[in-house]
Amino acid sequence: MATDQTEKDFLDIRDLKIGVTVREPGEPPRDITIVHGVSTTLEKGKVLGLIGESGAGKSTIGLSSLAYGRGGVEITGGEVFINGRDILKLSRGELNNLRGREVCYVSQSAAAGFNPAHRLIDQVIEASLEHGLMTKAEAEDRARYLFEALSLPDPDTIGERYPHQVSGGQLQRVMTAMALCPKPDLIVFDEPTTALDVTTQIDVLAAIKNAIDVTGVAALYITHDLAVVAQVADEIMVLRNGEMVEHGPTSQIIEAPQEDYTRALVSVRSIVHPEQAPTDTPLISMENIVAGYGNLVTVLDDVSVDLHPGQTLAVVGESGSGKSTLARVLTGLLPARSGQITYEGRTLTNAQKDRPLEDLRQIQMIYQMADTAMNPRQTIGTIIGRPIEFYFGIKGAELKKRIGEMLEKIELPAEMASRYPAELSGGQKQRVCIARALAAEPKVIICDEVTSALDPLVADGILKLLLDLQKRENVAYMFITHDLATVKAIADSIAVMHLGKLARYGTKEMVLSPPFDDYTDLLLSSVPEMKLGWLENVIATRKMESAGN
Amino acid sequence: MDLKTIPISAWLGIISASLFAFAAIFAPLLAPYGMSDIVGDVWEPMSSEHLLGTDNLGRDLLSRMIYGARTTLAIAALATIVSFTLGSFLGMAAAVIGGWSDQLLSRGVDLLMSIPTLIFALVVLSVMPANILTLILVMGILDATRVFRLSRAVAVDVNVMDFVEAAKLRGEGRVWIITREILPNALSTLVAELGLRFIFMVLFLSALSFLGLGIQPPEADWGGMVKENKDGIIFGIPAALIPAGAIALLAISVNLIADWILNRTTDLKGGRGGN
Repeated sequence: MATDQTEKDFLDIRDLKIGVTVREPGEPPRDITIVHGVSTTLEKGKVLGLIGESGAGKSTIGLSSLAYGRGGVEITGGEVFINGRDILKLSRGELNNLRGREVCYVSQSAAAGFNPAHRLIDQVIEASLEHGLMTKAEAEDRARYLFEALSLPDPDTIGERYPHQVSGGQLQRVMTAMALCPKPDLIVFDEPTTALDVTTQIDVLAAIKNAIDVTGVAALYITHDLAVVAQVADEIMVLRNGEMVEHGPTSQIIEAPQEDYTRALVSVRSIVHPEQAPTDTPLISMENIVAGYGNLVTVLDDVSVDLHPGQTLAVVGESGSGKSTLARVLTGLLPARSGQITYEGRTLTNAQKDRPLEDLRQIQMIYQMADTAMNPRQTIGTIIGRPIEFYFGIKGAELKKRIGEMLEKIELPAEMASRYPAELSGGQKQRVCIARALAAEPKVIICDEVTSALDPLVADGILKLLLDLQKRENVAYMFITHDLATVKAIADSIAVMHLGKLARYGTKEMVLSPPFDDYTDLLLSSVPEMKLGWLENVIATRKMESAGN
Repeated sequence: MDLKTIPISAWLGIISASLFAFAAIFAPLLAPYGMSDIVGDVWEPMSSEHLLGTDNLGRDLLSRMIYGARTTLAIAALATIVSFTLGSFLGMAAAVIGGWSDQLLSRGVDLLMSIPTLIFALVVLSVMPANILTLILVMGILDATRVFRLSRAVAVDVNVMDFVEAAKLRGEGRVWIITREILPNALSTLVAELGLRFIFMVLFLSALSFLGLGIQPPEADWGGMVKENKDGIIFGIPAALIPAGAIALLAISVNLIADWILNRTTDLKGGRGGN
């Protein structure tokens, strides 16, 4: 290997330019540049965090250190040196030698990254055997050593399992072991914890950090979550639209950001919403709700919550806690098996199809994925206008005027009415969904993870809009989320759900002040904070192990 | 839509399919002789008088080809319309309503599909009065089973999307959900299928005519013409190959168009608006 020992920086990216050919149906293909000349260096054993919103080019840059471009992406200029040679000039065979030997990759979805038909251990050691780096026995020893370093349970036997026999957080750690097994010089982590619940994320994060320390590997850590990357990275590079915004040591980026954009990222979620006291007469009372799918599976077990007019009830929990099911019970899409819903003092019919139109109008819903929540073949005007036409019978010029007013409320220009959903950005789409719900002039809007698919700054804008609208229209929100930072920002009362039961319920102040029950403590302490050393601190002090172990 | 983006293969298909359509529409003006006039000797070779020669009874082959295009295309088109209206409406209704209605319709369709189409058609047609209406209905209903399956599958996919749930939550009726939420999203798939089904109809009709249960003589249609002239092949007379070639050419050209439409079909999730 032509390693230049005098060179301190073993990864050296110089003026990297990446382009992609866009082929839209019905239009001639055109070339666009997605990374405009990014340069960076990395020393052995250091971790560089690449951070940015979607479309910032962070994954693309990460993959370029494997000399790989995903789906039509092409590296159009610049140089990437690893151990002193430009890997962009390597032949196919030499690249095969590089990948999985000197540079390894950990993807976001471990579930999709493993072959379900093979045992974990065989997949973990595959690259090492393929490159002839070790014998099978040596590789298996190393795998078991790594399983232990990654604090996986039963490190000696877990490799014998199949991918479906371990949890998502464990699988992500096994994938890290797979990347570490051939003793690479560099690992590219591509959003390794993004798909995990917060309480699982913290364990995976701690495990990855430990493994990096133990093995002394260098890493590129790609994520959109600044608080996460602050825990593992030595240096952080902030990217935006394929250009570098700021690059510096982690402490400097977090504590003294130089650029406005970085400052915005660091101070995100600074919304302050003073809590309102619950009223005497709740708008909606859900009492002793038991619900489930079929007759065997019970997802909600004896849940009672109240929603007060013009206030926000945040329903928090991890995946599988039953928080979305609670929303489906309220809408009537999943009739409760027992329990009752009281709306303005009268009992609400359980099944949605039996409810009168007026009741349907009063409870509207906003979905997580704005993409699938809007019919791609309808214009924005039709999407927003339909509830107005449907519930109030308004047509023609008057309808047009009302659509214009709705667009104004969500801070979008009136010309948007003739556009199609695909022409809008993610944040704009979610705004249109808000307008559609609001157009029915409801008393209650159910927000099902409305900001989780959005970039932090965009999500912030949506939350501000929601709070603003709440003040003006006096609408109550049932806000379903897994993100505690959001809850802290907007809730009046909070229901913490765990395994289908209410773990804690009350006003925001009550729920968020000690003494905590063990689960709420775990949940609250697992939310990454933008502080150095937060991770070690939490691991040392928390009361309960997360479900991932 | 930009004409320049249409690929050459689709252009070939469009040109040749429009030629067939043109011939069918203006048949009486284009045909040099009457459809069933005996104008020459049996199986005359191609000449300036009879461009494609004559058939087994001495009728002008070109004239019969042109009139045949009219019968074949018209009946295939009508049967396709029957099969699409019936199949797509029932398929989408089954997907949206679900439950017992879906079971009943889907199992009924399974039952119909379990019997080989051609044999089923032969049995029904030999019992029923042999006229064009029966023919169209039998072809249409048998083919509707395929359209039913496709449109149900597409509609089931669309039906679970959030925007359909949003419409249901709003309290929209089934008619709105089927026609305004689901149909526009299923349309390009269905249109592509329309081309293919039309071709199957042409082939089906030709097969029935060849077997003597389709269009009855002296009416001209391509399948029947193959049958009338098939004995000529033994004597080296190519008359039967001309209608056969026409069927093949039509099938290929419509397929080329259908392929192009299918390629344009964008998926729902990342789809580019309806423009």
